[in-house]
Amino acid sequence: MTRGGLPCFHCGEAIPPGTVIHARIHEREEAVCCHGCKAVAEFISGAGLEDYYTYRDAAAARADEAPRPDRWAAYDRPELVERLTRAEAAGARSITVLLEGMRCSACSWLADKAVRQQGGVLDVSVNPATARARLVWDPGRVRLGDLLRVLEHVGLRPHPLAGESAEQLAILERRTALKRLAVAGFGMMQVMMFAVPLYVGAYSGMEPDIRELLRLVSMLVSVPVALYAGWPFYVGAWQSLRARSISMDVPVSLGIVLAFSASVWNALRGRGQVYFDSVTMFVFFLSLGRYVEMIARHRAGSVADALARLAPVTARRLRAGVAEDVQAIELQSGDELLVRTGEVFAADGTVLEGEGRVDESMLTGEATAIAKAAGAAVHAGTHNLGAPLRVRVTAVADRTVLGGIVALLERAQSERPRLAKAADRAAAWFLSRILFGAAAVFAVWCFVDPSRAFSATLAVLVVTCPCALSLATPAAIAAATAALARRGVLVAHSDALEALSKATHVLWDKTGTLTRGLVRVEEVRMLAGRPAAECVGLAVALERMSEHPIAKAFLASGTTAETASDVQVLAGRGLEGVVGGRRLRIGSPAFAAGLSPGSAVPAGLDGESWVCLGAVEGLLAAFRLTDELRAEAPGCVGELARLGLSSEIASGDEAAAVARIAERSGIAQFAARLRPEEKLARLKALQASGAVVVAVGDGINDAPLLRGADVAVAMGRGSALAQTSADLILVRDSLDELPGTVALARRTQRVVRQNLTWSVLYNLAALPIAALDLVPPWLAAIGMSLSSVAVVANAMRLSHSPDDPRGRTWTTARPLEAA
Amino acid sequence: MGIVYLLIPLGLVLVGIGLWGFFWAVGNGQFDDLDSPGWSILKDDEPPPAPQGEDEAQERK
Repeated sequence: MTRGGLPCFHCGEAIPPGTVIHARIHEREEAVCCHGCKAVAEFISGAGLEDYYTYRDAAAARADEAPRPDRWAAYDRPELVERLTRAEAAGARSITVLLEGMRCSACSWLADKAVRQQGGVLDVSVNPATARARLVWDPGRVRLGDLLRVLEHVGLRPHPLAGESAEQLAILERRTALKRLAVAGFGMMQVMMFAVPLYVGAYSGMEPDIRELLRLVSMLVSVPVALYAGWPFYVGAWQSLRARSISMDVPVSLGIVLAFSASVWNALRGRGQVYFDSVTMFVFFLSLGRYVEMIARHRAGSVADALARLAPVTARRLRAGVAEDVQAIELQSGDELLVRTGEVFAADGTVLEGEGRVDESMLTGEATAIAKAAGAAVHAGTHNLGAPLRVRVTAVADRTVLGGIVALLERAQSERPRLAKAADRAAAWFLSRILFGAAAVFAVWCFVDPSRAFSATLAVLVVTCPCALSLATPAAIAAATAALARRGVLVAHSDALEALSKATHVLWDKTGTLTRGLVRVEEVRMLAGRPAAECVGLAVALERMSEHPIAKAFLASGTTAETASDVQVLAGRGLEGVVGGRRLRIGSPAFAAGLSPGSAVPAGLDGESWVCLGAVEGLLAAFRLTDELRAEAPGCVGELARLGLSSEIASGDEAAAVARIAERSGIAQFAARLRPEEKLARLKALQASGAVVVAVGDGINDAPLLRGADVAVAMGRGSALAQTSADLILVRDSLDELPGTVALARRTQRVVRQNLTWSVLYNLAALPIAALDLVPPWLAAIGMSLSSVAVVANAMRLSHSPDDPRGRTWTTARPLEAA
Repeated sequence: MGIVYLLIPLGLVLVGIGLWGFFWAVGNGQFDDLDSPGWSILKDDEPPPAPQGEDEAQERK
């Protein structure tokens, strides 16, 4: 009954061999990959929302686990909700929540519909671009906890945001940028409209006063474009000059100011050439590029958002034996907390009572949970998977380990090494060449005719600056960014494209990047001659009673009709119970063999990755558990190697697991058990040896690494903190597009260079000829327009012909077509 | 050609009106979300508010 290779109905991932789970959708059985996806798909169908599957254009996020309703219990308490949310008219409350797992517009439709089905919801606005939803509800008719629960049920995990000010600021920033873009766009079109008669008029003759009128009107329209739409560039240039550095804004501003003021001067005195069309086009293309970039950055989110997703907003405090829900920010050192199964720690602390298992993967990258007994340290942001723990708080807020990582991140961000460097180099390149050219012209004219030296030099500056800068670089980058967005690669910092084209090394994180970040049963070894299906069935029956991540691996690998009774959970060792009248144990080899005294544990089964099933007569089977390698990883590594990028793994996980993944993905270099600082040190060492490093990661522990890298790539399903640090975000959560992105970045650089060369050559050739009055003005005008068209057309090549070397290999599910 | 002295200023006025309208729309939040409103035609009518409250749970099954 193997259905391997078939995509999951819900999340579109290939269903692992041996998995037989079906969800009932529309009276039809649809194959899904795990019980989490089954629960979500059936809930969506049960609520009458199956249209979602028809309309979506990206597969849903994989549901790792069945929803846990008690996670939102704190949001059912009115007094807490009152403090967390904002009052609206007529007693209603509102809150903004971040939705994790939002992939496409159909997701926002789904969230909207699902929430509205709850009575008492007054308004829902879901923004798929920023993955945020604003909920307005009547607290008398529905509880906030119910709304959050239903969102989680449809597979969009909500994260309530405490403050709305950052969100408001982002909206304001977007609106202002859009207004400036509109002014530039309107202005550009108008000026073009006046420029065409001027070009034609120069050829066929035009009354001087009409010509005068058109030039003055062009000037009038260009004023708001140069002053209002161009304002951010002047501000940026002024700031960078005050900081004694040269950013991209400096030559840009210089170009605008020179071309604009020269044109105004010529328009007012009624002689000479005007360049209002170049100026407005220049401002428009640059603004467009910046706007697209800003949208991507907002989508990636801010550090504050990321923290909101990690540490819980509420905690359960114990005072004199009485538990009360409080806001996490009210906690102090010395408080006592109760952290129940499935909850996230709100602060660092030491365990007072209880034996739990804690998933620390977000801090260390280690996939397996760590046993915690009294006296052990626990950290904010980690996940309690075991029994409830009583914890004494030792550090809160920014003094926690998580807070430390965030601080490291903010410092790295303020240093901004790679951004500044890339921009500096580009600016210096442009400036030096343009100024050199202008100086040469000035020197030559001083010999020929000193009285005309100034105007000729100005003409060189004016014509070269806008043409080379306005179209060559921004048009190419805008085309590349748009092409990448269509492939599911978001470009948050466009400077990264230049760095990516020069990259020499790729530094990989392991968990969640090269692997899926989910434990799976990889190999079943029969030890007593029983059929594999029976052993898996027995294991599933036992593991169903556990909350452990290993249990999830078994549940994803098979099903059984049998149920286990009398199940005991032995912390750190395994499970014991009765299935079909037989006493069984599942857990570490030694523990499982303990049921049959005297039986030996076969060699080669170490406790780290092998789990054994034991009965009274001896061990029945051994299961090897690994974090599954992404199917596309070896191909991606090979493809990158072909492009000349060597790969290396820097992981926080144990050495054996890293070595196995390294071998299977074809990476020779790897380092294991690295803390975030050590990863950063490894990166710095590579950079010091002259390498241009691309870092690919997904976790919080990767964030400092990503910040330090020349190009940072984050996985779409990775932590929000990693995404805020990233230049590129792989939205489809697949490595497939990475080699193609590198190739496209190189093509982009090639196109930029071609465009610059073309512009410089054209200007160098045309300017002196035009200045010597050998070319009639109409020919010069046509030449200039054709030159611009050639540059734009060359850039647009980037948005067609995707030369993805591996072809289009992503596996978006189209289940309804298949059915 | 005298007509251009009327038509060009008229054109500028129209551009000004268009731009003012765009600014108004941006300030009004019309461009904050360009993706999801396309889906709103798929939203059915609001369920009648009367029978809610007691059978929310059944609605979800």
